[in-house]
Amino acid sequence: MATPTMDKVEAEAVSSPYITVTFRIRRFNPEISDAAVWEDFQIEIDPKERVLDGLHKIKWDVDGSLTFRRSCAHGICGSDAMRINGKNRLACKTLIKDINPDKPITIEAIKGLTVLKDLVVDMEPFFQAYRDVMPFLVTKGNEPTRERLQSAEDRERFDDTTKCILCAACTSSCPVFWNDGQYFGPAAIVNAHRFIFDSRDEAGEQRLEILNDKDGVWRCRTTFNCTDACPRGIEVTKAIQEVKRALITRRF
Amino acid sequence: MSAETPSAIGAVEGAAYGPDNPAPYIEPPRKRTGRTPRSTRGNFEMAAWLFMRLSGVVLVVLVIGHLLIQLVLDGGVSKIGFAFVAGRWANPFWQVWDLLMLWLAMLHGANGLRTVINDYAERPNTRLWLKGLLYTATVFTILLGTLVIFTFDPNIR
Ligand code: HEM
Ligand code: SF4
Ligand code: FES
Repeated sequence: MATPTMDKVEAEAVSSPYITVTFRIRRFNPEISDAAVWEDFQIEIDPKERVLDGLHKIKWDVDGSLTFRRSCAHGICGSDAMRINGKNRLACKTLIKDINPDKPITIEAIKGLTVLKDLVVDMEPFFQAYRDVMPFLVTKGNEPTRERLQSAEDRERFDDTTKCILCAACTSSCPVFWNDGQYFGPAAIVNAHRFIFDSRDEAGEQRLEILNDKDGVWRCRTTFNCTDACPRGIEVTKAIQEVKRALITRRF
Repeated sequence: MSAETPSAIGAVEGAAYGPDNPAPYIEPPRKRTGRTPRSTRGNFEMAAWLFMRLSGVVLVVLVIGHLLIQLVLDGGVSKIGFAFVAGRWANPFWQVWDLLMLWLAMLHGANGLRTVINDYAERPNTRLWLKGLLYTATVFTILLGTLVIFTFDPNIR
């Protein structure tokens, strides 16, 4: 009944996976202005692609000045944590179809750290807190000639916190950290937890004492933002509470 | 967007930011550096955290009991008067009850506000003044309340 050309066009429209999505990105360039502004980009994208693919399309085809970090593009390196639709996520692990592409997708830098340009922040204070909890194996005595053995149960005890990729999604989602950068933040506590509960490590006491400090675990207010934000599914808030419990039960 | 490009804003305000003269960064409050002091106040934070929970449990009983007696039972709020207070404080049990409630609620509330100040006040001077005010008000209220409970005179006129 209809003309064949019409049918063909319609069929093509149905088979094309591409949809038009608006990326609303918080841009900041200190070489142009001291003010950060929202900028909209319309892009054609397959909803099964990721936010990172959209950022690539913009950077490669539309505006090469868009600045963001990414390295592995597969959720391993922890470079591309950003605030997408108000929630901290990895751009490389967030599918367009999962975050309602009908509305503009807002993308901004993670909060609580100095924005250097667009989505790039100064991670130094974050890594300073990480270094301050001594994130390395500490033992006494001579080095063994073979590997340090550990039972499966002992390994299981801290399995969850070994998964951290130091993306800072948790720390930069924490309202205590937003207002007071002296707080160690969830990521540092997670990485302390990884060694405190490691049966091979012998500096647990020392790390507990560091986190017993006024800017340590007692500042945690159990808002659970960190657990919600973690792209590795680590139960961050639980790990913090386990450190609190260890602090309370170790002497009494 | 095109109507207010960043460069247009810069031109209007006359602040010529450029590669040689970049805009200042906005630093986060009290950010951690290599010079951040290590361990400082021993177990005080842990004691404060524990106290909040323990005093909270006791306060549930004290406060709910207090509200029931004052506002619900036996005629409700309309019965409260000088004679009612005098009658209750004649009994050492209620004296101890009110004293405990005063001390726990004040210390609990003050420690809670101390946390709030730690969370929200950024500049060292603001923190100092707010905490000074808080501790002064707390000490004053606790001392005055304690004094009244122990020296209350039902025959005053
Ligand atoms: C009725 C029983 C009560 C219970 C079970 C209770 C329990 C608690 C707990 C567990 C906290 C710590 C929250 C945290 O660390 O995140 C807290 C905080 C606080 N409480 Fe209470 N409390 C009670 C009554 C009171 C009273 C009577 C006052 C006022 C004098 C008060 C004032 C505060 C304040 C100002 C905070 C800090 C707010 C905050 O941490 O967000 N509480 N309470
Ligand atoms: S705990 Fe999770 S959110 Fe926090 S830094 Fe590690 S991987 Fe990122
Ligand atoms: S780019 Fe490596 S985690 Fe996303």
